[in-house]
Amino acid sequence: MTDKKIKANSSAIQKRLIPTYIFLTIVSIFSVFPLFWMVTAATNLSVDVSRGKIWFGTHLVENFNNLVANTNLWKSFGNSLLYSTVQTLLCIFICSLAGYGFELYHDKGKDLLFAILLMAMMIPGVATMIPLFTMMSRLHLLNTVWGFALPAISTPFMIMMFRQNSRNFPPDIMEAARIDGLSEFWIFFRMYMPVMKSTYAAAAVITFMNAWNSYMWPRVVMTDNRAQTMPMLIANLAGGYTIDYGMLMMGVLFCSLPTMIVFFVLQRQFTEGITGSVK
Amino acid sequence: MDKKKKMGLLAKQKAAGWLFLVIASAMIIVMSFYPMVQALITSFKTGSSANLKWAEPLFYNYRRMFQDKMFMKSVGNTFLYLIIQVPIMLILAILLAQLLNNKDLKFKGLFRTCVFLPCAVSLVSYALIFRTIFATQGLINIILTNLGIIHENINWLGQTNTARLVIIIALIWRWTGYNMVFYLAGLQNIEYSVYEAAKIDGANGWKTFWYVTVPLLRPVIIMTFIMSINGTLQLFDESVNLTNGGPANTTITMSHYIYNNSFGQGVANFGYASAMSFFVFILVAILAAINLKVGDTRD
Repeated sequence: MTDKKIKANSSAIQKRLIPTYIFLTIVSIFSVFPLFWMVTAATNLSVDVSRGKIWFGTHLVENFNNLVANTNLWKSFGNSLLYSTVQTLLCIFICSLAGYGFELYHDKGKDLLFAILLMAMMIPGVATMIPLFTMMSRLHLLNTVWGFALPAISTPFMIMMFRQNSRNFPPDIMEAARIDGLSEFWIFFRMYMPVMKSTYAAAAVITFMNAWNSYMWPRVVMTDNRAQTMPMLIANLAGGYTIDYGMLMMGVLFCSLPTMIVFFVLQRQFTEGITGSVK
Repeated sequence: MDKKKKMGLLAKQKAAGWLFLVIASAMIIVMSFYPMVQALITSFKTGSSANLKWAEPLFYNYRRMFQDKMFMKSVGNTFLYLIIQVPIMLILAILLAQLLNNKDLKFKGLFRTCVFLPCAVSLVSYALIFRTIFATQGLINIILTNLGIIHENINWLGQTNTARLVIIIALIWRWTGYNMVFYLAGLQNIEYSVYEAAKIDGANGWKTFWYVTVPLLRPVIIMTFIMSINGTLQLFDESVNLTNGGPANTTITMSHYIYNNSFGQGVANFGYASAMSFFVFILVAILAAINLKVGDTRD
């Protein structure tokens, strides 16, 4: 009897939710379609793309071969992979050290310093671009991974995220480790890092995505074609007079592949990463 | 003696605390604050990048900036995107989050993944996708023609207003899911009992949303607002790759124009570009301050 009642009730609820389902379905289709189309266009000839074909074609290999023949695909892909990995590793290490220090050793001086560092969030990239370019060129770091990564390995956002999440790190562990004779730095490496694994994962995902997708700074600092990144490569592809749309979308697909994989495999960490400092 | 040893330990701990944050702080000072000061100094200079001299008069670049019709146009364009796109996007995001936060809803994960998916592609990628879809011989025109809505292909990116519209649509597409994630996280922090209480008090869905959800989400809303304003004021990738600022620079953004003046083709005018970039910095700071002020509920 009660079972029936609940069932009837839930089907009434579902009925009331029909407009919601319809709305969400429409929004979902709008969200997914351009990406679906990117994938299908990568399998079609340029003419078919222009004719409005939206289903899969048979020219995947041909577009891929064209892309390899006409661009520095592997070099750029390797560059992007190297730059993004180095930036990610350095960034999560340096920012986690700082977040740990700011939270677990906090005093008035450090809180003040943190507030000052936060102000860097408001500095637009376009304003530091010229002085940083001059700096990198003086240091002979143009077209190098260091020129790419150094301006972004310490960000207020990441420090804030680690600082916020360090609240979950029990200070008792520190005390116990100190009694065991562990030095302050070993406590960080042996206790903090393993405990904070999920924060590291979230921070790594978000930093990698940002690094891979960055466009303005690489355009400034990578003056040599051989040092260019994937976003630069596909932007150049679209710059010509006659555009091979099949090949272009193949390039776009290639540029999106690593971030899409990260997105699908580590979606939870990605979500945590962008909302990480709001808690 | 024992006490002395303990003091030594404490001092050691204190020193360690500072050591932990010294690299990060130094990097931010060297890579953000110092360049900002450099930009300010450079903004008072003129000449080519290799041969910068103090401007005569000192505020020459700033005066030029306010007389530069093109720059003012880029400011106008950027604000147009800001005023139209940010509210639509945030309202849509909050609506989607509210709908997805329903415990009776099925396929929640699937819907969320779909709406969030655009965040997985780079800004350059999606700009190029939209550019191709909205090309004169592109998919949108074909669909609209087949539906009988238009009879002649629209040159979307070749006309000022439609080009701006495409940029706004593209921005909404790319960033709505991103903001929705923040609201969803915020909504999940609200206890279910709060809603129950509102229900008992006789509040309907809309009232609950307006008088319960929105006030509780206020900090998140303000944060997304600041982030969106900040991001829109620095718009670059879309302007470059979707319309290349055209037609006739009517869709160009501030960052794009500054880039063109410093690293684009032609003369690199670091002094002038720095002055304009300082203007952007001040805009960002003012708008963030206003937002924080408006959002501050502590009297």
